[in-house]
Amino acid sequence: MTREVEYTSLILSTGALFVLGAAILGWGSGAYALHGWLIALVTGWGLFWLINRATDPEPEIPLEYKDDVIKWGVLACFFWGVVGFTVGDILAWQLAIPSLNGDMFWSNFGRIRPIHTTAVIFGFGGNALIATSFYVVQRTSRARLASETLPWLVLGGYNLFVVLAVTGYPFGITQSKEYAEPEWYADLVLLVTWVGYLFLYLKTLARRAEPHIYVANWYYLAFIVVIAMLHVVNNLAVPVSITGPKSYPLFAGVQDAMTQWWYGHNAVGFLLTAGFLGMMYYFLPKAAGRPIYSYRMSILGFWGITFLYLWAGSHHLHYTALPDWVQYLGMTMSIILLVPSWGSVFNGLLTLNGAWDKVRTDPAIRFMMVAILFYGLSTFEGSFMAIRPVNTLSHYTDWTVGHVHAGALGWVAFITFGAMYKMVPWVWKREGVYSLRLEALHFWLALGGTLIYVGAMWNSGITQSLMWQTYEPSGAFTYAFMDTVDAMIPYYWMRAIGGLLYLLGALIGSYNIYMTVRGAPRPETGGEARPLPAE
Amino acid sequence: MDHAKLERNGIVFAMAILGVASIGGIVEIAPLFTIENTVEKVDGMRPYTPLELAGRDIYVREGCYACHSQMIRTLRSDVDRYGHYSLAAESMYDHPHQWGSKRTGPDLARIGNKYSDDWHVAHLKAPRDVVEGSVMPGYPFLSETRLATQHLPAALAALARAGVPYSQTQIEQAENDAIWQADIDADFEDDLIARYGENVQIRDFDGNPDKLTEMDALVAYLQMLGTLVDFSTLNPEEAAR
Repeated sequence: MTREVEYTSLILSTGALFVLGAAILGWGSGAYALHGWLIALVTGWGLFWLINRATDPEPEIPLEYKDDVIKWGVLACFFWGVVGFTVGDILAWQLAIPSLNGDMFWSNFGRIRPIHTTAVIFGFGGNALIATSFYVVQRTSRARLASETLPWLVLGGYNLFVVLAVTGYPFGITQSKEYAEPEWYADLVLLVTWVGYLFLYLKTLARRAEPHIYVANWYYLAFIVVIAMLHVVNNLAVPVSITGPKSYPLFAGVQDAMTQWWYGHNAVGFLLTAGFLGMMYYFLPKAAGRPIYSYRMSILGFWGITFLYLWAGSHHLHYTALPDWVQYLGMTMSIILLVPSWGSVFNGLLTLNGAWDKVRTDPAIRFMMVAILFYGLSTFEGSFMAIRPVNTLSHYTDWTVGHVHAGALGWVAFITFGAMYKMVPWVWKREGVYSLRLEALHFWLALGGTLIYVGAMWNSGITQSLMWQTYEPSGAFTYAFMDTVDAMIPYYWMRAIGGLLYLLGALIGSYNIYMTVRGAPRPETGGEARPLPAE
Repeated sequence: MDHAKLERNGIVFAMAILGVASIGGIVEIAPLFTIENTVEKVDGMRPYTPLELAGRDIYVREGCYACHSQMIRTLRSDVDRYGHYSLAAESMYDHPHQWGSKRTGPDLARIGNKYSDDWHVAHLKAPRDVVEGSVMPGYPFLSETRLATQHLPAALAALARAGVPYSQTQIEQAENDAIWQADIDADFEDDLIARYGENVQIRDFDGNPDKLTEMDALVAYLQMLGTLVDFSTLNPEEAAR
């Protein structure tokens, strides 16, 4: 594709978002109008920058990997991580001490809970995936990213989406679809960005100097493609008018519920699982200095996950008004899903064969190994909870919350921290991480925090569910609903303390990363890995 | 198929992912729109009145779904505690659905008419004054905030485009209907009943007849939740699980 075509399409899509922002700031009011200003300013700046570059003479593209954009992705990842963990722990304290809600319109649990979920899933997780995917696709393809401008637009557009989302919730801008809360205009920003991301990824792969596309890229590609599909279908909505942020989702009731959990479960499957498996498939063998254990298992695991995950969403709707055939289908597929999931677990763990000593000496590898264990635990637990009778005990309770956090704190964040402790010195060209002792301290705080958190939620979930189902011989309930809330309070305290430890670990980790970035560069050896020149 | 060939072409690989990944959704979601008995045929279901809709918009805005479900499962312990299990028909006009995934507080699918308006107002303002030990946040600002009604015709029109059977008259009268439903003295009871049926509750909900507040709307919504379907005329086969 010629430079003219590339710049024209980039300017047109950025321009379209600018028009959207201008329309919102012109017709809207309040927080919604501020969002219009934000979109217009960011995209306006982007337009100015694009036009400037397009009219400049074509710059010489250096024969090295494009890593500057990755650095900003890493910083965004840690920023959103700290925001997300902090808000999460505030929510935990609000449940333990309800007066902390403050009873102001913006401070209640319901309005700030999506700040937590969006900041950790999309802010922390999404930026970690974008940054590492840019790193991995270049190294495994031995090619520079296929555009000088698009990577910046992808990272910028994506973070614009996250900012729009989390600043909207306190003002009541939400569709209240779990994990898909942002309103239509933020969804449009993400959609345009995401098309650019897919295009950039495919174009970089097409430039590769290696004959085969490496496994990690399959997972990153699945993450990008499937999230695009889920995002579009689940966010179909009819806006009320341009003067306000409110829209009504296109589907209603049972169809909306099924679409929502098809989305929700696969945001877990393809953002929080496939994307991070991509991370594991590159950073674990690289850090351990061992090849991936089995190529066949990689293929089986990949297509198993890609096919089966999309069927499993209905296990979120057991015994509801969703037709039973969909529930049974979802349960069956959820159980089979354990096979490719554990295939990936063994493929990861067995990759460490011959390098197990490094688990003891290298905290980053320890992070990654424990991440895989938590992945194995949560996928087993997930399949277990998808069994209908088990679900009668777990559903609507803190057990689900514990399960999600075993996956999110134990798997997603652990593999991210492990990969980041490796990648940050590599991209910034440092000898190593600033302090291995702090890295180890982060590990133990994170592990302790996760275990306390998850343990508390298992206990509270099962306790509450059993209390809900306890009858007197007369046939009356033994416990009023309020009794079951009272019983939760000690666990709420435990969870808040576990979360605090986890947050403390993340703060120490952020400091460690910051000091690594500020440290002295490693002397050039002339042997740095470079892309191969294009033919 | 030879996987090694697939690994050599990014675009083909991406298409393969899309193809394989879309099967589950096509099989599980598409039939829900076409199989007729997915949503039961029942008496009494009607679209929300504009005031109830405004209340529902507040419920959605505040993120109540994070702690309250609106879905009574077919389990005995659910039915004994909350009432008849929820039918798909009962959320057929819910854009979006609010079935929820967590019961930090109790299910609300049939909360309508179980408590008085006064109880709801006092409880929403300061939950622990009414229910000792509650962990719910207070929403005192709802009683002070005047309800915005000017957007309601556009809101009904948007829902009509999404498939809710609002008539042209219902859309045009949406703002008036919202005001009249909270004002028994306005004497437009017959108009409201003509447009929305017998099971519309018309009164001042928040205990402050001088002002139409967000509290009026939210309580109007809560008081109708789960009250619409006439279970006496329900064909048991229709609701069988």
